[in-house]
Amino acid sequence: MALVIPKETYSGKIYSIQLGSGAKAVTIGGASALPFLGFEGTFPNRPAVALEVMDIAPDDWPETLKKAIGSAGSNPVQWAKFCQQSGADMVALRLMGTHPDQKNKSPEEAAKIAAEVAAAIDIPLMILGSGHAEKDTQVLQAAAAATRGKNCAIGKAVEENYKTVAAAAMANDHKLIAMSQLDVNLAKQLNILLTQMGFDKERIIMDPMSSALGYGLEYTYSVMERIRLAALLQNDPMMQTPIVCDIGANVWKVKETMAPDAEMPEWGGLEDRALAWESVTASAMITAGADMLIMRHPGAAAKAKEVISELMG
Amino acid sequence: MIVIGEKISVIAKKVREALGKKDPKPLQELAVAQDKAGAHFIDISIGPAEENGPELMDWAVKVLQEVVEKPLCLDTTNIKAMEAGLKAHNNAWGVPIINSTSNEPERFPMMELAGKYNAKIIALTLGKGSIPADAEDRCGIAAEIMARAMENGVPMENLFLDPLILQLCTMQDQGLQAIRAVKMFQQLNDPPMQTVVGLSNISNGAPKHVRPIINRNFLTMLIYEGLSAAIIDPLDKDMMDTVKTVDVIMGKKMYAHSYLDM
Repeated sequence: MALVIPKETYSGKIYSIQLGSGAKAVTIGGASALPFLGFEGTFPNRPAVALEVMDIAPDDWPETLKKAIGSAGSNPVQWAKFCQQSGADMVALRLMGTHPDQKNKSPEEAAKIAAEVAAAIDIPLMILGSGHAEKDTQVLQAAAAATRGKNCAIGKAVEENYKTVAAAAMANDHKLIAMSQLDVNLAKQLNILLTQMGFDKERIIMDPMSSALGYGLEYTYSVMERIRLAALLQNDPMMQTPIVCDIGANVWKVKETMAPDAEMPEWGGLEDRALAWESVTASAMITAGADMLIMRHPGAAAKAKEVISELMG
Repeated sequence: MIVIGEKISVIAKKVREALGKKDPKPLQELAVAQDKAGAHFIDISIGPAEENGPELMDWAVKVLQEVVEKPLCLDTTNIKAMEAGLKAHNNAWGVPIINSTSNEPERFPMMELAGKYNAKIIALTLGKGSIPADAEDRCGIAAEIMARAMENGVPMENLFLDPLILQLCTMQDQGLQAIRAVKMFQQLNDPPMQTVVGLSNISNGAPKHVRPIINRNFLTMLIYEGLSAAIIDPLDKDMMDTVKTVDVIMGKKMYAHSYLDM
């Protein structure tokens, strides 16, 4: 008797979202089964890897990163071009300089940089605030307007500021990144609230809040699993948005990516170890269903893209 | 749980008049309202329609699917009208449901249609003669219906077994028998059989203000036992809130503070 592989049938499907325009436009999502179960469904789009750029020099980033980025780090436009040349699918511009505890840059300054970066690259752009919910409303409004027509992903909209951030994305025809803090029910709630204010659910990208390997990664993993089960098996339209994992910012803060060889000789050389930390974190998120990754090291991003190529077949 | 919207019924005066005059507007309004309220199927009941059944069902199916992208539940005892409805139905939005067959010989042709058109079908566990006595009696009838479905090439997943809901005010023990039947029906096949009820029968004859309370509580108990679908009024917000809440408690929908709005 021939072996019959048991198959799950799914009633739901992840929305497809296009970012950018022209030949380098990126489409994410569209999966009709749990990640990479190609015998159960189709995966029309590969997960996209974005490399992160800031509006300020990466002075507080670990040495391994600064070395990889080199002199490009002193100028956001050069840095973005460097990411594009490194093979990134997208650029993620984080407007960290606008944070009141950083350089407290004005929304106008941030918008100018966003426009310059958008003009300098032909791959899609993601524009992220500094994570200061209140300041982000003004910063993202200005940056969204300055990049109108570029079909960017704007974020992150959180519970405290989603109305203004979503309005900015809507008014300027961008997609929206909505983040909730490691909680499936709050993730669904935020998507419902956005939909109720008239934001098209098929333009939302969900950020379940990421973490680094060894620092709670399994929580993100299980939240993503539950989101996908609700989306695909329960056909829950509020859970069918693509998922972005913002991992670089978490990975490059942990000891394993910073401790010098001399301090932890049993951990192996710093550079290999740090790159491995980011690429292994990325591959875990890819297998959990991430449609888009935000990473920092071009070498780790290249590794993540290799994993994606192997899984996509 | 699958909600089959019951509002477009020949029993309602407004619907009867619209069907008589071939006035699409009242029917379309009811279809749109039920669609928005979360119905998965829209029931279209034209009654026996002895004079112009096929033509009437053909017209009704087309005017409804002009305004809602949902499959319909075709409700008539007229075999020719049923076939006309199945022909007219746009399956791009899902497979229609035949409402209904039973174990009465005059309803056997409905099962043939389900096979011929690959449609879903509701089967009342009602045989010739008297009403079923208890859940065991209903299971016996269900088994005969399932055998007939197989003979007609109707896959088990297209069959919805209906335990036949009787009124609580005159046959008090039958409510519990119907609940038991819903539980037992599922065990007749692997994967479990699907089940459906025409809910409001339970409160027929009861005072108007009591009816919704009986309906909602009965539905909760049925869903708990695994009911797959119900023919209900989706415009009754309390009813839909009950469905949504039970689905959340049963883990079939993910909780969010605004789950009632979805």
